[in-house]
Formats: sequence, structure tokens, C-alpha cells
Amino acid sequence: MKILVCIKQVPDMESKFKVAAEGTWYDNQDLAWRMNEYDEYAVEQAVRLKEQVGDADLTVLSIGSDKVKETMKKALAMGCDRGAHIADDAAWNKEPFQVAGIIAEYARDKGFDVIFTGMQSQDRGSGQVGVLVAEMLELPSVSTIVDFGYEAGTIIAKRELEGGIKAKVKVQAPAVVTCQLGLNTPRYPTLPNIMKAKKKELLSIPVAELLKVNARMETANMFFPEKKGGGLVLEGEAGELADRLISILKDKTTVLK
Amino acid sequence: MKILLIAEYRDGKLLTGYTEQLGFAEKMGAEIVMFLAGSDSALPNYGGKLYLADASSCGEFNPDAHKKMILEVVAKEQPDMVALAHSSYGWDLAPRLAYGMQAAQVSEVVDVQDKLLVVPACNSKLRRSIRCTTGQTVVTLQAGAFKPVELSAAPQVEKVSMTAEGRVIFEGYEAAAAGGVDLTKAEIIVSAGRGIGKPENVAMIAGLAKALGGEYGASRPVVDSAWVEHNRQVGTTGQTVAPKLYVACGISGAIQHLAGMKKSEFVVAINTDKDAPIGEVADVLVVADLMQFVPIFTEKVQAL
Ligand SMILES: Cc1cc2nc3c(=O)[nH]c(=O)nc-3n(C[C@H](O)[C@H](O)[C@H](O)COP(=O)(O)OP(=O)(O)OC[C@H]3O[C@@H](n4cnc5c(N)ncnc54)[C@H](O)[C@@H]3O)c2cc1C
Ligand SMILES: Nc1ncnc2c1ncn2[C@@H]1O[C@H](COP(=O)(O)O)[C@@H](O)[C@H]1O
Repeated sequence: MKILVCIKQVPDMESKFKVAAEGTWYDNQDLAWRMNEYDEYAVEQAVRLKEQVGDADLTVLSIGSDKVKETMKKALAMGCDRGAHIADDAAWNKEPFQVAGIIAEYARDKGFDVIFTGMQSQDRGSGQVGVLVAEMLELPSVSTIVDFGYEAGTIIAKRELEGGIKAKVKVQAPAVVTCQLGLNTPRYPTLPNIMKAKKKELLSIPVAELLKVNARMETANMFFPEKKGGGLVLEGEAGELADRLISILKDKTTVLK
Repeated sequence: MKILLIAEYRDGKLLTGYTEQLGFAEKMGAEIVMFLAGSDSALPNYGGKLYLADASSCGEFNPDAHKKMILEVVAKEQPDMVALAHSSYGWDLAPRLAYGMQAAQVSEVVDVQDKLLVVPACNSKLRRSIRCTTGQTVVTLQAGAFKPVELSAAPQVEKVSMTAEGRVIFEGYEAAAAGGVDLTKAEIIVSAGRGIGKPENVAMIAGLAKALGGEYGASRPVVDSAWVEHNRQVGTTGQTVAPKLYVACGISGAIQHLAGMKKSEFVVAINTDKDAPIGEVADVLVVADLMQFVPIFTEKVQAL
């Protein structure tokens, strides 16, 4: 069995963001980078599937600059067998249709039985790439899964709907699934596995070999949302803050009698 | 400009999200047509043309069949834009349609400024305005972003049909876990977010809730980690609440969380990050480490 999992490296969302000089994306200096949260669930599920079927080869793919190899190493340490790094210093500026095009081009003749992606990236957040990859490869896809099972070529999954309702679905592999938060509990790589991962194959492929589609949109402008007026920001020592908050609650609400 | 709106139907019911799609279309000054895979016993309040497929024969959730039917409507109507809700149905279907139409897709539209679509980025800390370079576009709209419009006249229905063939087999719904607390009835809610750091700290948040005479809730990561049960989750995939006081402790303020609590009368946020998007809805943002602030605040509330 052949499995592919696609991961993106994103900044930690608690970072202090600045808009870059050209005004269409955030400045990538002074940020802490990590694996897109949704993709951690995808990697974990892919590793579990590999462990379940035994005879499987699991590739982790990421498009980005050399820096993304750090995040790929985490996926290798979690249990992926090999890494396909699509080298692209301008990956930050690729829109979902291009990202999906690159992944589909890579996967086209490789006969993957299951392709895992996150349901969305935390920075761009389009939620398109996984489903688009499936469309481009003419495979069926199931988005937003919170439960995944595999039995003799059939994927049995649950999609998460609004309000906590789930939809039970079945689909025949080969197929693409996009992973939602809470799908599983991603493992922490152990030290021996981190050491082993260093010896695993991690090949870089220039993006030019795989990029065959044009962008369909562009960012005109990136900016900070306007803060809604009226909100009060309190800073200072904890005890003093507590007193100020109590007096505000007495003043503005009826909850403290 | 002409927009094809895709309404939604689930478990035998018409969902009301289409009214926000109508609001968006109005803001765009567009001519409207609508598609629904639903039932003629639950029609949207909208006086225009409705392409109606019967969900009992084509399936409520059948991406292959719905895509095919909608692409046929697109071929006939030639809309400039197809608009869906940014929902489990919409974000699943939209890329399929965009691919079929060779159109650009813009996800999670929150606003329209200078004719450009605005979407959130980086957990909604930032925004982007988007320019599409294709003739047609597909968009998904964030819930709550556009003012709902109801057009009372009945639609002019044109039936479309399709067999239920598709590769993804829908096998039924599973209800959300029921029982336990009913957060929607609480007047005061104190919620724990990932910022609480570890499960032991849930007790601290519950303690503050008790001191204030309310209930405690949680954001999704806290529930996903099984630190708190699902019926206390606030947000799109949890409860929608509107208490008199909502205290968000260590919660960043992702759109899906805000959707569940932004109607609260008074919102207090406790966060170390002054730029956390929760600040957008908070009446008071206390910039502090909750580990220090919450125990002191609880003690002072108890002493009142
Ligand atoms: C389809 C879909 C549905 C979803 N449904 C929901 C839903 O129903 N409900 C929901 O909540 N989320 C939902 N989410 C997830 C949502 O997008 C966010 O991932 C989630 O809300 C983040 O939770 P959080 O704010 O607790 O964690 P984070 O985003 O990690 O934020 C933690 C916050 O704590 C602060 N912090 C850290 N340490 C401290 C400290 N010591 N003191 C004070 N502050 C501190 C940080 O500054 C940060 O702002 C959904 C996502 C999707 C895609
Ligand atoms: N640069 C990238 N490299 C590899 N996979 C990616 C990349 N960008 C997005 N993806 C995958 O596509 C999913 C959805 O991303 P998006 O459509 O940007 O929200 C992510 O969770 C990843 O699995």
C-alpha cells in the first residue's frame, strides 16, 4: 500500500505578525515555525494506517523553502518513511489551485491508495487543497473527517458537520481525505525515532518540474482588521487588574450583586 | 452581475444560511438564481428562480451528484459567481465546482471592500483582499458576515433531477453527544481555552465560574484533548450561547469560537497576547497570564 500525507509549515499563531513590505503577505522574519495543526492529525492518521496494514510505504510531502525540511523531519520522526520536499522559495505566494496542482502532478503516476491532507492551513486557510488534489487526480474525496477506519480497500469515515453532528460515509480507495482537529491524538516523536528519522530519505524536487497551472487569483492587499470600538484593554499588576475588572463588572453588568 | 446561490438542506430541513447568501448578493448588487437539493415542502423565502433537486432521490449529501447537477445549472445560467456558505456542505462542494468551472475559488469571505472580496488569514489576526483573474468565481461565505435578507414571495421552481450515483456513500447522521449541562441556559459562562496549558487547570476555571455563579465552558482544543466534555464546547461545532457575561480565558478568538459566543451581552477576555483576535469582540481585554490573574480574581469575587 502507498500512502501520501501533505503538510505545510506555518508560523505559530501566537506570533506577533507584521505585514511584509510589498503588502500582500505577512513578514516571515522573527516567527516561530511549526507544522500546520490540522496536518499533525493527518500525519498521525497516515502513520496509524501504515501500522495497521503493515506492508505500506508512507511519503510526506511539503512545498516550501529549505526551512520546511525541519517540519518534515518531525513527520519522519512520527513514522513517515520518506520525504518529498518540493523546493519553492515563493511557496508563500502560491494560491490553493497551484499548491494542489503541484501535489497532483507529483502524485499522478505514483499510485497512492490514500492521500491525507489537513482540512485547512492555519495561515492561508482556504480549505481547498485536499479536495482540489482529488478533483485533479479524478479521485473521490471526503473532507473534514473526525474519524477514520480502513478495511480491505474501503475507507469508513465520519465527517464533522455544524453543531457537533457527524455524517457517516464510505468510500473506496484510492481516495483523498482532509483531516479535522480532534481526529486522533498526534504522537510526540521519541528521541530514538528522531535519530532514526535523520537517516530517512528526504529528497528535494524543484517546483518548476511540477508546477503546470497558472494562478487564478492574487492578494491585492493584506491588512489588520479594524478593532471594534469600545473595547477596553487593561494592563498591569494582577491584583490591581482584578480590582479594576470587578469595578467595571459592577458598573456595566448586573452579574455582580 | 449574476450570482448562483447554493442553499442547504440537512436531515429533512432547509437550513437558514441562504438568507445571508441573499444579503451578500444584495450587497454585490447582483441578479440571483438559486439551487437547492432539498424538498418542495421546505422552500426558501425568495421570489426568484429556484432549481430544485429532490434530496430523497439524489441524496442530501452526495458530492458527485450535487456537483454534476450544479454544473448543469451553471452551464445554463452562466452566472458570474457561485456562492455557498462556508459550512461543511459548502467548503466540501466549492472546490469541486471551481475545478469543474475552471474558476478561482475564494474561501470564507467576510466582507466586500472596493469590490474586492475580503477573507481572514492567520487565525483571523489578519485580512486579505482578493483579486480573481478568472471570468467566473466560486465563493464561500462566513456565517454571520452578511446581513440576512428574507424575500417573502415563493420561488419559481424548476425541477432538476439526478440519480444518486456517486463515489462517496452517505450512511446517515450521528447526533451530537447529548446530556449533561445546558450551557445555553447559563447567564454567566467562564470558558477555558488552550491557554490553560494542562487539564489540571480546568478546576481553576470551573472555580471562577462557580464564584461568579455561572457555568464553565471550553474551546475546541480543550474538548478535543478530552479535558472537558463535548457538551461544554462553545462554537460552530459546539454550543451557541448568549449569556450576560462571557469570560474567555486563554482563548485566541478563532472565527469558529466567536460564532458561538459573540452575541453575549458582555465579554471579558484574559489573554497574554494583546493582539489576540478575541480582542475584537471583548468589552474588556485583560492582558495577563491567566495562571496569575484567575486565582486572584476568583478570590476577590468570592470576597464580595
Ligand atoms: C470547521 C471547524 C469548526 C470548529 N469549531 C470550533 C468550535 O466549535 N469551538 C472552538 O472553540 N473552536 C472550533 N474550531 C477551532 C478553531 O479554529 C480554533 O482552533 C480554536 O478555537 C482555538 O482554541 P483556543 O483559542 O483555545 O486555542 P489557541 O488558538 O491555541 O489560543 C490559545 C490562546 O491562549 C493564550 N494564552 C496562552 N497562554 C496563556 C496564559 N498563560 N494566560 C493567558 N492567555 C494565554 C494565547 O495567547 C492564545 O491566544 C473549529 C475549527 C474548524 C475548522
Ligand atoms: N505548501 C504546502 N505544502 C504541502 N501541503 C500543503 C501546502 N499548503 C497546503 N497544503 C495542504 O493542504 C491543506 C489545506 O490547505 P489550504 O487549502 O491552504 O487551507 C493543508 O492542511 C495541507 O495538508
